[in-house]
Amino acid sequence: MLKHGFIKQLISSFLSLLPILVVVLVFQIFIIRQPIPDVVGMVVGVLQVILGLTLFVYGLEQSLFPIGESMAHAFARKGSVFWLLLFAFCLGFGTTVAEPALVAVAEEAANVTSKSHLIAQTDVARSQYALGLRITVALSVGFAILIGVLRILRGWSLYYLIIGGYCAVIIMTPFAPAEIVGIAYDSGGVTTSTITVPLVTALGVGLASAIKGRNPMLDGFGLIALASLTPMIFVMAYGMLR
Amino acid sequence: MVSIVHFMTGLLATCRDILPIAAIIIGFQVLIIRKPMAHPKKILLGFVCILLGVAFFLEGLEMALFPLGKLMAKQLTTPAFLGVADLKLANWLSYGWVYVFAASIGFATTFAEPSLLAVAIKAEQISGGAIRAFGLRCAVSIGVAFGIALGVFRIVSGFELYYFIVVGYIIVIIQTAFSPKLMIGLAYDSGGVTTSTVTVPLVTALGLGLAQAIPGRNPLIDGFGLIAFASLFPIITVLAYAQIAQWRNNRRR
Repeated sequence: MLKHGFIKQLISSFLSLLPILVVVLVFQIFIIRQPIPDVVGMVVGVLQVILGLTLFVYGLEQSLFPIGESMAHAFARKGSVFWLLLFAFCLGFGTTVAEPALVAVAEEAANVTSKSHLIAQTDVARSQYALGLRITVALSVGFAILIGVLRILRGWSLYYLIIGGYCAVIIMTPFAPAEIVGIAYDSGGVTTSTITVPLVTALGVGLASAIKGRNPMLDGFGLIALASLTPMIFVMAYGMLR
Repeated sequence: MVSIVHFMTGLLATCRDILPIAAIIIGFQVLIIRKPMAHPKKILLGFVCILLGVAFFLEGLEMALFPLGKLMAKQLTTPAFLGVADLKLANWLSYGWVYVFAASIGFATTFAEPSLLAVAIKAEQISGGAIRAFGLRCAVSIGVAFGIALGVFRIVSGFELYYFIVVGYIIVIIQTAFSPKLMIGLAYDSGGVTTSTVTVPLVTALGLGLAQAIPGRNPLIDGFGLIAFASLFPIITVLAYAQIAQWRNNRRR
C-alpha cells in the first residue's frame, strides 16, 4: 500500500518537473543549438529533484500540515488570544529574519544605496543598513501574520485589508527613494519559503475550521497574501526614514 | 565523494533554515500549550522527510537545471544570438525569443514549485475536490508566465515599474469585486507562493543578465522587479479562473 503510493507520488513528481525539462531541452537544442554540457550530471540531478519533491510531499502530509492544524486547534481550545497572537508574530518574524533569500537581497540593497550616496560608503554603514532592512522585513512579516490571525478570529474581510495595503503601496511609491522601490516590491516575494508556506497555510485553515462561524475556504487563506504585502510598505518606509 | 560532502553541506544549510521554526514550535508547545503532541514519531519522521526532500531538491536543481538555465538566460541576450551587430541597434522586437523563453521558464518553474504544490493540495482537500490542485497550479503558472514576459518587456523597453504595478493592482481590485467570495483568499495567497526555491534564482539571473546586456539599463535598478510581476499576475489569472468556472456553472443550470 505504502509502496504503491510512493511510486504514484514519484510519477507525479516527475510530471511536475517535466515542463522545466522540456523548456530547457527545447531551447538548448532547437533555439540556441548548443550541446548539453553535462548529460550525466543532469540526469542525476533530475533524479534527485524528483526524489526530493516526493519526500517533501510525503513529509508535508505527515508533519507540517498536522503540526499547523493541531497547534491552531490547541490555541483555539486554550482560548488565549494573547498567546496565539504572540505565536503568530514569532512564527512570521523567526522564519523570515534568517531566510537566505532575504539575506542576499538585503546585501544587494545595501550596495545599491551605498553607490547612490544615500548612506556612507563604508562596510560598517552597509552592513548596518542590510541588518536594518532584514529586521524591517522580518517585523513586517511578523506583523502580517499577527494581523491575518486577528482577521480570522474577528472575521474581518480580507478584501479591505488587501485593497487598503495596495493603496498604501501606490501612495508611498512616488515619495520613496527610486533605488528602494524595486527592492521593496521584490522583498514581498522572497519572504515566503518552502517550509513557512505549508505551516502558515495549515495554521490559517486550522484556525478557521476550529472557530465557530468561520469557513476554512473563505477565512483560512490570506495569511501568505498579507505576508507578501506588508514588506513592501515597511521597506519603503525604511527607505524614506533613513 | 565530493558530491556527498556537497550534499551534507546543503543538508546542514536546510537544517539551519528550519531551526528557528522548530524552536518556535517546540517552545510554544512545551511552555504555552503544555500538552504532548499527538503522534510524535510520525511527525518527527515527516520532518526528517521534509529536510531530506528539500536538500535533495535543491541539490538536484543546483546540479541539473540552474547552471544550464542561467547560461541560457545569458546566451539569449548576446548580440550574436539576437542577430544584430550592436545592441544599441536592437529594438524591443529583436528580443522575441527572450520573451518566449521568459514565459516558458516562468510557467515551468512555477509548476514545479513545492510551496505552490502545498497550497494546491490544501485547497483541494478543504474544498472537497471542487478546486483541482492541477487546475489551480496551471492557472498560477500561466499568470507567472505572463508576468515574467511582461517584466522582461519592461526591462527591454525601460518603462517605469511603478505604472505596471499600479495598473495590475487596479485590475485586481476590479476583478475582486466580481469574483466568487470563496476564491479571493486563495487567489491572493497564490501570488505570494509562486516565487520561492525554483523560480527566484532563474528569474533573477534572467533579469540581471538582461539589465547588464541592454545599453542604458542599470542592473542594480532595472534588474529588480521581475519577482513583483511574478507575484502580481497569478492573482489576476486565479481570479479569472474562478470567474470562468462560476460563469460556466451558471450557464449549465
